[in-house]
This record gives sequence, structure tokens and C-alpha cells, in this order.
Amino acid sequence: MKHTSSKLAIALACLCSTVSMQPIAQAEEQTEQAPHVSINTDPYPSTYTPISGKPTVITNVTILDGVGSRIENGMVYFADGKIVAVGETVDYPNDAVVIDGKGKWVTPGIIDNHSHLGVYPTPSVGSTSDGNEMTSPVTPGVWAEHSVWPQDPGFGRALAGGVTSLQILPGSANLFGGRSVVLKNVPSRTMQDMKFPDAPYGMKMACGENPKRVYGKKGGPMTRMGNVKGYRQAWSDAQNYMREWEKYEADYEAGKNPKAPKRNLDLETMAGVLSGDIRVHMHCYRADEMTVMMDMMKEFDYQIAAFHHAVEGYKIADKLAENNVCASMWADWWGFKLEAYDGIRENIPVVHAANACAIVHSDDELGIQRLNQEAAKAWSDGKRASIDISMEEAWQWLSANPAKSLGIFDKTGSIEAGKNADLVLWTGNPFSTYTKAEQVFVDGGKAYELGNPESWPLSDFEVGQVGEGDVK
Amino acid sequence: MKRLLSLAIATALSSTVMSTSVLAENIAIVGGKVITQTKQGTLESGTVLIKDGAIEKVSSGTDVPSGYTKVDASGKVVTPGFVGALTSLGLVEVASWAGEVDSSASSTKVSTTGAALDVTYAINPDSTLIDVSRIEGVTSAATTIANTDLMFHGQGAVIGLDDDADILKDKAFMVVNMDGASADSHGGSRAVLWVTLEALIDEVASTKKIPSLTSGWDGMNARADIKALKGVLKGDIPLFIEADRAADIRQVLAFKKRHPDIRIVLLHGVEAWRVADQLAKANIPVILDPQLNLPGNFEQLGATLHNAERLEKAGVKVAIGMETHNIRLAAQHAGNAVANGLSYEGGIASLTSVPAMILGVDDQVGSLAPGKRADVVIWSGDPLEVTEAAEQVYIEGEAIEMSSRQTKLRDRYMALKDVSAGKTSHYVKPQ
Repeated sequence: MKHTSSKLAIALACLCSTVSMQPIAQAEEQTEQAPHVSINTDPYPSTYTPISGKPTVITNVTILDGVGSRIENGMVYFADGKIVAVGETVDYPNDAVVIDGKGKWVTPGIIDNHSHLGVYPTPSVGSTSDGNEMTSPVTPGVWAEHSVWPQDPGFGRALAGGVTSLQILPGSANLFGGRSVVLKNVPSRTMQDMKFPDAPYGMKMACGENPKRVYGKKGGPMTRMGNVKGYRQAWSDAQNYMREWEKYEADYEAGKNPKAPKRNLDLETMAGVLSGDIRVHMHCYRADEMTVMMDMMKEFDYQIAAFHHAVEGYKIADKLAENNVCASMWADWWGFKLEAYDGIRENIPVVHAANACAIVHSDDELGIQRLNQEAAKAWSDGKRASIDISMEEAWQWLSANPAKSLGIFDKTGSIEAGKNADLVLWTGNPFSTYTKAEQVFVDGGKAYELGNPESWPLSDFEVGQVGEGDVK
Repeated sequence: MKRLLSLAIATALSSTVMSTSVLAENIAIVGGKVITQTKQGTLESGTVLIKDGAIEKVSSGTDVPSGYTKVDASGKVVTPGFVGALTSLGLVEVASWAGEVDSSASSTKVSTTGAALDVTYAINPDSTLIDVSRIEGVTSAATTIANTDLMFHGQGAVIGLDDDADILKDKAFMVVNMDGASADSHGGSRAVLWVTLEALIDEVASTKKIPSLTSGWDGMNARADIKALKGVLKGDIPLFIEADRAADIRQVLAFKKRHPDIRIVLLHGVEAWRVADQLAKANIPVILDPQLNLPGNFEQLGATLHNAERLEKAGVKVAIGMETHNIRLAAQHAGNAVANGLSYEGGIASLTSVPAMILGVDDQVGSLAPGKRADVVIWSGDPLEVTEAAEQVYIEGEAIEMSSRQTKLRDRYMALKDVSAGKTSHYVKPQ
């Protein structure tokens, strides 16, 4: 992401030397270079600032650190937005806020890598339906962040469910649906105020039924083979586009005065994928289709970060592991269409047991409020099928693995010293129907507290309406 | 196919069946915590006797008369089979774009208002959804047309989730949608929608004799609709009125006052808690999804997870379970209602005795009372807890095979792990 600004610096340097330092006669002999054209890769930058928090220690608490360990009667100390220490006992200053976690559990904040909050918000009406640019099957140039409505009441409900970060994706009508954005789940006036600092962009792609259903009678694709042709042609175009820019850069550096290629916002996003800056999140249900997609990613030399829904992930768990592609799944949704007909309750644990990266996702404004229960169902279903996974290992599905798929695991997704203090204190074992998030911390600031109605998020939409201030 | 040879049962039930003797007609489920949904309440350690497909007796303690196959349920929880309060089971295989969908219907000459539609003709006992649902404890369900622009969604039925999908009750209920979406498709305004409903009802009431097929008739209802709606007017077929907005629910209450003979159930009822006292007074029960806590539209601004709790406190009967493919998740939904203030008893009742009562099949299912159909579930623990599961389900006194197309797919692919041992090919044939 930084390379363009450094090229801009080089360009400016070139310009300076041409204008001010060369003798005029010499300059006339050369072709004068036009200003270098460079592209700002971050034109809608994050303005996120954390909620201020006090240095806090949670004591006597059961800790799932999110990377496979469990500490009974442990302690977590966080300050200045970061986790400082975690263990059976930790040092903390006398003036730290102490929360007695007796009988309670603490986990990393939940990260949902598949949400449409803000782009398909509630109220769910035509006026707010901003998630699918169903005007052409190839629209990687649209950005979900330009549709996100931060007043979606769903954000606050998800926060009450312990969700601290989430990826907002465009819908799945298109082969290339557009860019996603990763948000911090804090009540904000603007999308930019929620934008996760330095999180890479994602790009949504979709397999199967949706594109062919939407475009079958609108010029295509109308078949799965048509889908694949559509992807491959677009990738080829993106390769060509990259070559044009590479030639421009090379010519410019050679002192020539090339004309910059015309910007193409669709191909620009795809070029971002091919250069490794943007991560592919691909809606795909069927095992055979996912396998074709993994061949295609090799053909065009990019990486799929995650298949989303992956209802048949269990059929190709070994291949997912081999190709280092995560699978983002529901616990038990099935049958609403034929490509979801082979859903099984053990999908998530089977994928995990094959050493692939398994993720629990919601794709739903209700499901996102209880992703811990989704993980609990998958965990127990696995157990009954003799796939023995500990709770501490299973929590990777909710925090570490989604963070990895989003490229933010260096910052969040586990309770480890140095990570962002994105934490949930649960009233009890979060693998239970009856447990609730009691306190939710984002970057060490308390964003939600079950027992404190003052902390319950209230969106503008709900102000002055029936239900304002009610317990949700 | 699904009914078992007795030999197979002993192995299939390894976790719950201690006896290895051949299963007799008479079964004693012994030692479990029995939630009866009768005056007997919950027995911490009880015995359920099943004879000839029916509940014979429920008692405290573990004494079993001779002649019963003993099933050890100690440490487990025993409940009546769950009754799906509102589904389209048996009417739909794959909802979108693939087929076997009898849960959608459109207007014909024969039925202009939809009242005459009868789902009993459409039920497919081989639907894979039946196995998927019953192995998780759902043993019977209300089933109805779900998607239609017709005013009435036809005559729903209650089916057993046995191999034949027995009809426990036909013409069991009729759904009519009185929310904003329905107003949109019936004249664009509630001002049209309610007048339409009243006019249709009025036409039925004033048609003393249903016109014969050969005589002229240009009523709003088709002849067959008149016949079906007669049952609604008499109170034989309860009318399930769908509405969310408190103002719309008040219209439902006013409708009940105008037509005291019509039995009314409120469906969906996102803002029902706001008129809980009036619903209790009018004796109108509610079928709801307790998870709905978002303002999905301007009719649901009062949505809260505490809807079920507040209705129960006011004395309204609450049923939970509005899904089809995943009606099995009704238990989780009820659990979340309990986590948000519904009583535990009310949570179990919302899945058993209340839907049975609402659907008029409480003489057959929904509780563990002598004479009722022996639809019984042995759970690994608290059925409302997401980590617990149905270990053995009995329908009409028979232990069902605890498998579905899903468990078979699972087993087939889990067996692939053994390929390296040269054990199997891609196609794993059933043993």
C-alpha cells in the first residue's frame, strides 16, 4: 500500500531536479516529463480513535486465549489499548481497575468475517438495500464502505454479542462483487470512524447459483462454466492492466514521458489482488466448485483468503488445508438452495480436524449476535462424531482464524501481550445458550456493559421511536 | 426403510439402552429427569411406560413392571417430542430454484382467496427434512403454505414425523397475513386489507347455503373457499393472524371482539409485548421467534429479546418455532428466550404443550400423559442448551433410526480419512 506514495516521492524528486538543477540548454535536449501519475490507495482513510479506557485487570477468570490455551483462575491485564500480560498471575499497578472474574470467562473479541451490516441494514427496505451492485457481473470497483450506514442498529446488537471487529462484504450476486471493508464495532457517526486502521482491503467474489440466477437472462453468465469464463477474462484483463502500468512506471523511470494508462476502478481492485495487497473472499458452497476456484487462483497467481459458506467444506477439507484457504461457515444452515443441500452439522469440526483454517461466520444480523452459540453447536456436534476438539482450540474459529483471513492477526484475534485489547468478559461458559457477554472491550475501552443501560448502543434510527432505550 | 429390525436397535441405542434384549412393544424409559408438561410437572427421576405406541403411565422412581424393555435414561432428560409450531415440512425440499416446492401457491378459479387450499394433498413423507428434524427431537409439526399473495394461506395440517408422515389433524389452522407486506399486495393499504378481510368473512357469514357447482356464483370467495371459511367462522379452524406492529395487533383484538366465535392465534407478533395484557384477556396465544430484536421495518420498532418473557408474565401462552429446514433450532431459540427471562417451564412448554394446544392436537401430543401418542425424546442433557442433543427419539412408541441424509453424508466423508489405510473408496456403501 505504501509503494505508490514512495513512487510519488521519486516522481517529485525527478521533477525538482529537472526544473531547478539542470542547465536550460541541457533540459531542452531531453523530453520534458509530465508530472508522475500515482494513485492514492487510501483515499477514504480511517479516522478511528479508540474509546478511552483505564488500565484494567480481570482476575480469577477462566481465559481462552484464542490460540489454543486455557487458563483457569487466570488474570488478564490491559492498558493503553493493548494487552500487557496474561497468565495465572500477572503484575499490574495498584491503580488499575480490578474486575473480579470469578465464575466468568474471558475470550478474545469475536471477529465476524462475513457481515452485511450497514450495507443491508435494518430496517431492511428497498431504500437501504445497498449491498449488491446488480448492474453487471463484474464490479470489483465498487467499495462496500461507500454503502455502509453506520446507524444500522445491527452493529450495536452485534456488539452486545461480543463482536469487536467485522468485515462488511458486498453481496454475492456478482462474480466480482466489490471491495470489502474491515470495521471496529464501535458506535460511530461515520464509516471512517469505524474503519480498522491498516486492515487490508478484501475483494468479494461469488461462485455458483447467484451470479447465474441474476445474470442468466441479463446477458450472462447463465451457467457455472459461464461464471468461470467471466472470472478468467476479468483476471486476464487485470493482468493486462498491470502490464500497462508497469510499462508506464518503467518508461517514466527511464526518463521518458509516457502517458499514464486510464484508470479503471474495476481492474485496479483486481490488480490489488494480483499484487498481494487485497485479499479474496469468495462465496462458494460446493466442493467441486471450490476446487476449480483453487486451480484458478494458481492459474492467475493469487491467494484466496477464505471461501465463505463452504457448506461442502467437509468434502475437501484436505484440499483446503493444502492450499492454505480458510473456510468460513455456518454451524447448521442448509437446504435453502441446492448448493446448500449437502450441509452437515459437523462441517466446521471436520474442516478443523483436517488442519485447515475453520471460521464461524454469520452472514446474518441475528446470527452475528450469538456466534459463540454457533461455535458451541459445531464443537459439540463434532464431539458427538468423535472429533475431539477442546473449547480453547475451537475458539480459534471465532477470533484468530477470522483475523488471519482478514490480515489483522498481528493486531487482534488473541489474548497475547502486545495485541489490541479486544476482549469479551462472559457471564459464564460462552459455549452455553444461557451465557451472555457481560463486558466488551475494544482497544481497551469499554464499549458495552450488560448491566449498564447507559452503555447500550442506540442508533439514530431508534431515537424517538418505540423501543428507544429498551433492553434489546 | 426407517423402521428398524429389533436387532439393529440394540447397537443403535448403545448410549441409552442398557438392555440388549429384543425390543418389545412395551418400553420403560427409566431414571431420567422427566419433564411431563402435565400436572405431574418435572420428575427428577422418573419412569415413562410406553405401551402399544402410547404413553401408558408416568411415575416417580425407577420401578418397572415385568414385560417392558428397560431403557436407562439416568443422567438424561426426557421430554415429550417437540411440536413444530409453524413449518412447511413435507411441502418443500429445496426452497429456491431446485424443486419440490408445494409451500408456494397462487390464485386459481377454484380458490380465489386461498382458504380452500389443503396441504394434506401435498405432503411428501420421503422429504429428507423429516429425518433431519426428527433426529433432533421434533416429532410432529404444523405445516402450511408459506409463500403466497393469496389472502388466506390455505388449510394447514399437523403431521407426525413418522415414516408415513401421519396426518394428526387436517384443516388444523389457517394463516392470514395482516401486516404491511400483505397490505402492499392487497390494495396498498391496511385501509383496504382489513376491509377486504371483513368483506370476505361477511360473505361467508351471509351465504347460508354454499351454491352448487352448476349454479351461478360471482362472489369474492370461490365456492370452495366459502366452505373452508365456514370452519373458521364456527371456530373449528383457528385463524393464525400474522402481525407485528402494536397498532395492527390492536386491530386483531378488535377483530376478535367483532367475531368472538373465531379462534385467533397471533403469529410473529414482534411488538406483541406492548399489548400483552389485552392478548391475555382475549385469550389469544402467540407463535413467535424470540430472537427478533431488530427493527426489520417500521412495524418492528419495539423488537426485543424480552418479548416472550413479557408475554408470559402477562399470562399469554407462547409457542416458539417458526422455521422449516431448521425447525430443529426451535430449542435453541427457546433457550435464548429463557436466557432473556422466559421461565424454563415456559421454554419447554413453548416447544411442546403450547403448540399442541394451539394446533388442537393436545389430545395426541405435546405432553407425557397416559393415552397420548408416545412421542418421547431422551436428551443428553438440557434440551435448550446448544451443546446437548437428542440421543434417542421415539415416535408412536418406536425408537426411530437416529440417522438422516446429513449423518450419512457425514459418515461417508469421514470414512475418507481411512483411505490411506486402503480401507475405502470415495463411495462408501452403507454397512
